[in-house]
Amino acid sequence: MEAMDSKAVQHDVADSGQVEKDVLAFLEAQTKRSWDPQVDLFASGGLSSLFAMQIVVHLERTYRISIRGADLRLDNFRTVTGMVALVQRLQGAR
Amino acid sequence: MNTEPGERITVVGAGVMGVGIATLALSRGLPVLLIDVDHVRLKDARTRIEGELRIAQLLGGLPENAVTGPLETATTTDGARDATVVIEATTEDLKTKAKVLAELSATVRPGTPLVSNTSSIPIDELAGYAQRPHDVVGTHFMNPPYLIRTVEVIRGARTGEDTMLSLNRCLAALGREPIVVADAPGFVTSRVLHPMINDAARIVQEGTASAEAVDTLMENCLGHPTGPLRTADLIGIDNLVDSLKVLHERTGDDGCRPCDLLLEKVRLGHHGRKSGRGFYEYAN
Repeated sequence: MEAMDSKAVQHDVADSGQVEKDVLAFLEAQTKRSWDPQVDLFASGGLSSLFAMQIVVHLERTYRISIRGADLRLDNFRTVTGMVALVQRLQGAR
Repeated sequence: MNTEPGERITVVGAGVMGVGIATLALSRGLPVLLIDVDHVRLKDARTRIEGELRIAQLLGGLPENAVTGPLETATTTDGARDATVVIEATTEDLKTKAKVLAELSATVRPGTPLVSNTSSIPIDELAGYAQRPHDVVGTHFMNPPYLIRTVEVIRGARTGEDTMLSLNRCLAALGREPIVVADAPGFVTSRVLHPMINDAARIVQEGTASAEAVDTLMENCLGHPTGPLRTADLIGIDNLVDSLKVLHERTGDDGCRPCDLLLEKVRLGHHGRKSGRGFYEYAN
């Protein structure tokens, strides 16, 4: 996500590696397999789309964010990279 | 077919399917009365419906600019008299459903479809407990009802033509597509799916493969969208076992006798998604 002030960007860049690591660890624990941050989790042979809600709840609890309205759509949770961007944006907006 | 803005839907039973069907109707802007004898479960149902509406939104199951309908809850069936359609989604047990249908048919206006969302009990068997058997019809919504557009509709031997028309109008308002089939134990979907899930569980029980391996093979090699055991978790293993017993009693098919692993999971309270654990674990 762009259009944040430089301080926030710096702060979030420091966090993004950790968020990515956390989300990947969560996915691995839940699905018993490892994932590439860029891969579409819900593509053919991937996860059931119903699992997406568990990801939403996990992200909300872990990062104390509220994912609502237009943000609550599967495309935001297809890749770990996309989730990291969403978490950063919503944390910045808190 | 025109969608009917005047539908007022009463759902009886605040379990997985009752809550799912209520969510579907609310998401279409229709008013819903949700009835359950257990007031704690009824209270939880409001929170669960909010969660289900979020899942519907996340997975594209909400109509554009959806305004959700008003939800009322009650522990008695009195309010059902104002309904245009009543859908019972109580436990998959003949005695329970018979009692509810008898009570509802004494409450609603004659001509109001009494819909049983049974997954396996023959509709004509249930119709015998209602005051007007021609008002009774079956639907078998899949879980979650707001994401799966197609609904199995079961026309019993005594189901009236006007009942079919009223139900079709309701399903059109819900944006669902009915596939009408004749009456039989398990109809089409449960008759095919439930023994298959039972076999899949038996394969795990016998140590041939893990649940993950069974589901992955069924998904990636045979095109099953969710895998039979993940589907079992979604249905609810307690409900699945109840349905298998209904099927076994009525068809004599030994493939429908619930296998030990399913029975054990029910005993341990590992009922699937709704209890956080079944063949898989869920961080609900």
